[in-house]
Amino acid sequence: MNDARPNSNHFQKLIDRGVPRTSAARVRIDRAFSIICLGITLIAVLALALLLASILIEGFPGLSWSFIERYASRIPEQAGIKAPLFGSIWVASICAIVALPVGVATAVYLEEFAAKNRVTNFLRINISNLAGVPSIVYGILGLTLFVRMFGLFGPIQNPAFEIGGETFAIYYDSTGEPLRVPVTSRNETPSLTTGSIGYIQDVLDGPDGELIFTNNWTPIPLTIVNGDTKFTPAYGVISAVDVVEPIDYEIQKPWYYVQFPFGQTVLAGGLTLMLVVLPVVIISSQEALRSVPRSLRAGSMAMGATRLQTVFRVTLPASIPMIMTGAILAMSRAIGEAAPILVLGVALFITDVPQSLMDAFTVLPMQIYNWTSRPQEEFRALAATGIIVLLVVLLAFNAIAVLIRQKFSRPLQ
Amino acid sequence: MSPTCPTGTRPPMPSTNAPEPRNRGTTVVALPPHVNPIEPTNPPEVCIRCRSLNSWYGDLQALHSVGLDIPKNRVSAFIGPSGCGKSTLLRWFNRMNDTIPSARAEGEITLDGRDLLDPRCDVVDLRRRVGMVFQKPNPFPKSIFDNVAFGPRLHRRYSRLDLESLVEQSLRRAAIWDEVKDRLDQSALGLSGGQQQRLCIARAIAIGPEVLLMDEPCSALDPRSTSAIEDLIRNLRDQYTIVIVTHNMQQAARVSDRTAFFYNGALIESNETDLIFTNPAHRETEDYVSGRFG
Repeated sequence: MNDARPNSNHFQKLIDRGVPRTSAARVRIDRAFSIICLGITLIAVLALALLLASILIEGFPGLSWSFIERYASRIPEQAGIKAPLFGSIWVASICAIVALPVGVATAVYLEEFAAKNRVTNFLRINISNLAGVPSIVYGILGLTLFVRMFGLFGPIQNPAFEIGGETFAIYYDSTGEPLRVPVTSRNETPSLTTGSIGYIQDVLDGPDGELIFTNNWTPIPLTIVNGDTKFTPAYGVISAVDVVEPIDYEIQKPWYYVQFPFGQTVLAGGLTLMLVVLPVVIISSQEALRSVPRSLRAGSMAMGATRLQTVFRVTLPASIPMIMTGAILAMSRAIGEAAPILVLGVALFITDVPQSLMDAFTVLPMQIYNWTSRPQEEFRALAATGIIVLLVVLLAFNAIAVLIRQKFSRPLQ
Repeated sequence: MSPTCPTGTRPPMPSTNAPEPRNRGTTVVALPPHVNPIEPTNPPEVCIRCRSLNSWYGDLQALHSVGLDIPKNRVSAFIGPSGCGKSTLLRWFNRMNDTIPSARAEGEITLDGRDLLDPRCDVVDLRRRVGMVFQKPNPFPKSIFDNVAFGPRLHRRYSRLDLESLVEQSLRRAAIWDEVKDRLDQSALGLSGGQQQRLCIARAIAIGPEVLLMDEPCSALDPRSTSAIEDLIRNLRDQYTIVIVTHNMQQAARVSDRTAFFYNGALIESNETDLIFTNPAHRETEDYVSGRFG
């Protein structure tokens, strides 16, 4: 029984027995603590501000439209960032297109459908663990899984399966320019006769008198010239003596062309980054789904909605702002990653924008890393300029996340 | 305390406060109020029949051998202290307990003669026929229109025109049309608590249920909204079989035709509401309705 009316005198004595702490001293400590916290915050902010300032001072003079439009070059003045910029966009897009549906579907399964038992608990815990795995480990996984495919489909240069590509044998014509002749496979040697069709690359005169190769290939009828005959050099003329077998094979790749194994291509890069961000996307989607009140699910189920109908009509619409915010923050992490791409062994000197899933690529952090490791001072300035571009891309992504959150977020109960 | 339902042994007593016939040409209220619906002589009038129902959450037994009949097109109230099993019973009527993994039941609950606890029972169809209104208003974070149209869209395809009139009719029946007709496209979360709860009732009746289960529908509302909901319940009772769980005994007295009193997972007493309040057969019932415990 609680004693509702204790001896009040005794009770007051008990309260007074404690040693008093002066309130002035406590207020002083409180104020001092807040100043210490402010100082610590300022250290972090100052460090970031210094870093940004030094990068801006070093890199801003190099920032120009031509820097964004130019490809890699050994001459610092002519080097640009177009290939890694577009490579990053390609890789990030592939990563988003795959990671979002897979991640959200996994989260929906774990939160809405899976029974709470040992197996699903094991899955949940390990997905959290995966989020903490260093990204370079995912790079190694991507290398074996996507780039090489465990060697199951042969070497990268001679893939076992190809879908959607057009194969050409490459000859040199009498002027020394490559000439492409369509074939059905890499192992076929075409029987060349006068009149068969080959393709030559359009060559234009650049502004400084240098030759520019475009992506267009013009069909021309071939003229096969006997080795004994003298001939006038012209495009599309092949000397039968000089060339009996094609010197190489090339595949013209529409964007959907796929080979197995993938090799060091944008698809392999995007999927590797997908591995990096997938645990983060799953966890943030789980959090988002968990934030939807149980009462909304109950309301939907009580009207005879199936679990699937409840997911698509109630739970997902209510959690999309949070899911998108988490996913876009994960994507901006993916764009900044260099380590997993480095492990894939992609080429650093790329002079073209990826045109298909199976094209070589490089990404912004790789290009920045490459420039910083050069001895010349000019390349360091280029690296600073590249960092500015990378930061702008990242800030743009974060801004999109904020916009989506503001546009979609409606107060839940 | 007897876990059995004692009403079957009570002599039928005339009611002094029979439900007033609402002049809508229905024959439902023609049922003499003194006829005890638990007698098997009136099978058509029984909507939900419950026999020796036991229910557990894990090892905890929540319901002990409950036998109860819910009369058709009447308002039945479940009263009793917290944790006495009244909500559990209610949630078996539309199998919402399925969402709780540890919940299980043995016994028999039939709706129009069909066994609800049968694993082959089509839960989706059951919940279409047995609607539910929850303690806390739970409108979806969608527009008012989409909230009411949610249920109809789940089960059928409607033309836009039909859907619009269905939404209007539902909102009119829930006595909220005049308040929301100019802002159907605005978020339902902007409504007041009482309006949200009436919207939830409109949402529940938009799929044409036969039974409406209400789990303490007014406990989160202020007195004015409560009175609006109670008026609504009285208006709805000749079209729907209504079962309402309430902690508010005045509310049970005001809106219900029949009242069942639960204590510790057992049905103590079930009878015409005025009898429960004026002449209860059991000591626990009397103590509870007179406010001596609970």
